[in-house]
Amino acid sequence: MSNTDIEIVVEDPTAPEADSPQMASVRVVDVVVCLLLLALALTLGYDNWRTGAGWESTGPQPGYFPFYLSIILGGASLYGLVAAFLSRREASESFVTQAQLRRVMAVFVPTVLFCLATQFLGLYVASFLLISCFMRLVGKIALWKSLLTAFVFTAAMFVTFDVAFDVIMPKGPLEAALGR
Amino acid sequence: MEALGLLMHGFAVLLTWKTLLLMMTGLVLGIFVGVLPGLGGPNGVAILLPLTFTMDPTSAIVMLSCIYWGALFGGAITSILFNIPGEAWSVATTFDGYPMAQQGRAAEALTAAFTSSFIGSLVAVMLITFLAPMISSFALRFGPPEFFAVYLLTFCSFVGLGREAKHKTVISMSLGLLLAGIGMDTVSGQLRMTFDSAELLRGVNFLVAVIGLFGISEILLTMEERLALRGHAAGISLRVVLSVWKDLPKYWVTLFRSSFIGCWLGITPGGAIAASFMGYNLAKRFSKDRDSFGKGRIEGVFAPETAAHASGTAALLPMLALGIPGSGTAAILLGGLMVWGLNPGPLLFVEHKDFVWGLIASMYLGNVVGLVLVLTTVPIFASVLRVPFAAIAPMIVVSCAIGAYAIQNAIFDIWLMLGFGVVGYVFKKIGIPLAPFTLALVLGNRAEDAFRLSMIGAGGDLKVFWSNGLVGSITTLAIVLLFWPVIDKAVGSVTRMVRPAKA
Repeated sequence: MSNTDIEIVVEDPTAPEADSPQMASVRVVDVVVCLLLLALALTLGYDNWRTGAGWESTGPQPGYFPFYLSIILGGASLYGLVAAFLSRREASESFVTQAQLRRVMAVFVPTVLFCLATQFLGLYVASFLLISCFMRLVGKIALWKSLLTAFVFTAAMFVTFDVAFDVIMPKGPLEAALGR
Repeated sequence: MEALGLLMHGFAVLLTWKTLLLMMTGLVLGIFVGVLPGLGGPNGVAILLPLTFTMDPTSAIVMLSCIYWGALFGGAITSILFNIPGEAWSVATTFDGYPMAQQGRAAEALTAAFTSSFIGSLVAVMLITFLAPMISSFALRFGPPEFFAVYLLTFCSFVGLGREAKHKTVISMSLGLLLAGIGMDTVSGQLRMTFDSAELLRGVNFLVAVIGLFGISEILLTMEERLALRGHAAGISLRVVLSVWKDLPKYWVTLFRSSFIGCWLGITPGGAIAASFMGYNLAKRFSKDRDSFGKGRIEGVFAPETAAHASGTAALLPMLALGIPGSGTAAILLGGLMVWGLNPGPLLFVEHKDFVWGLIASMYLGNVVGLVLVLTTVPIFASVLRVPFAAIAPMIVVSCAIGAYAIQNAIFDIWLMLGFGVVGYVFKKIGIPLAPFTLALVLGNRAEDAFRLSMIGAGGDLKVFWSNGLVGSITTLAIVLLFWPVIDKAVGSVTRMVRPAKA
């Protein structure tokens, strides 16, 4: 093998800029997560205490394990809260920059819309819409390539799951009109 | 040699055109998944799991395990050609693999990586072949207290031996155990933590959580990074393969050492990453020419790859023999077993001989076929990276949604998956490990059942966990491991106090 030159090059024109301002430090997120976990621990703990968290002659009641687990979770989150407040390292670390957040949202928002669309239009139509729109709008790929890829992928999924393997997916008006 | 006869039977089960075709499909899908940025073994297996729901268990597990082998092979391609480790355990492979590619020895490095992966897995599979039946027949004598003790040991070793901050491991594990408890209590039939919601009645399905945690969150994380890449293309010729293989015997010590480390760390939970680094570091330490490591030395590829694959394979040993997964991927395969209606645990070896030996035989066959396949098709797979991520990301999202929905035919599960995707993204960024969460979610109910059954048997007396030598020593070991960091520190400070006195 003599070819030492680089042969595969993929550029990423929409990459997040390195000098983008920071949106939140790791510390802030850590504190928020610990508070949320603490709230969850309190809710679940209360619910299990109501269910019965005692010890009968034959062993623990249904709520026993989850109740004490809630206490462990709560304790660990409290500790995490204090640790996050004291941690200098976490305060200086960036959780996400503005440019990164924009990119993450560029995937996350379409995914949420896709889930919504699945509920009303069925999975196959939703997936065609997601792939074609995402490729066109986020990836800036030629329209015909986007539509073709989306169609081929969705059709392949339909054939694999619905026809070959009999795994039934949520369907909407289009499939009903086509009689599937 | 009962094992050998059963293994031959396993091969007989496998050698049909249909199964071989499934194997090839699984391997190709797996390599594909391993090469793609942001996807790896556990994610690939989780996303492709629904494909197998309607197959019979043996075909399903053959295909899934082949996806896993394929993903392991695929990770090495990106590490060597692009300096991008597809998985945390391929990081050590980049140290010497990428320099080799830069020197124009990419084909050699790839051959070395694939061959050593093959050797590592082979050693681990042989270990499984002979050890798993022994352990499982021993474990057949286990009652609920013994099983609870083994579960406890698994949980405690994660907390005590994990490298992450202890409180974060505890958070992750207790959260997983809590979520596992949602729904109907299996012992008394009472509802817990459902807050009168019909959707929560089903409980949180393990696979839905895994698809969200590993699939969706990985896409969010990958989007954050700069996805530009520059790499070397490489084709492997038969001449290079043979010349690397001719030199193999020279490195038998390295290969043997790494296989041993890999098997050992694979059986204990969470080992593949540690194994690859340990394999690399030990090869470096015992080498006569230490400085040449990191500059493109073939041993630097052999050592971590052998260890990582031995450990990835050995992680299936406790899953098969005891029903306790040794890695994230093993946990997902375990989840698959339950979907196909098999009850993981030592009884598997008695009740489903065809399945178990089919799986073990597929490990042998899958590795041989996989080795040939990757050696011949590397250029094709390397060019997969040219496909823009904007086309791949939505396809992965769709596959995840199909997977999440197919498990229980519930739209709610798609939303749950999305929620877990966000949780996984945040947890990874603030350093809360996901492996304990996964493990707790899949084992939570079984651990609780074991505990409560032993309590019913013993009339609520905790002493049952020290009632005989076996269960007593496992329980004690678990507690020692839980407090291991404290004990380690205490021992350290005592020796420090003693030593100056002597000096």
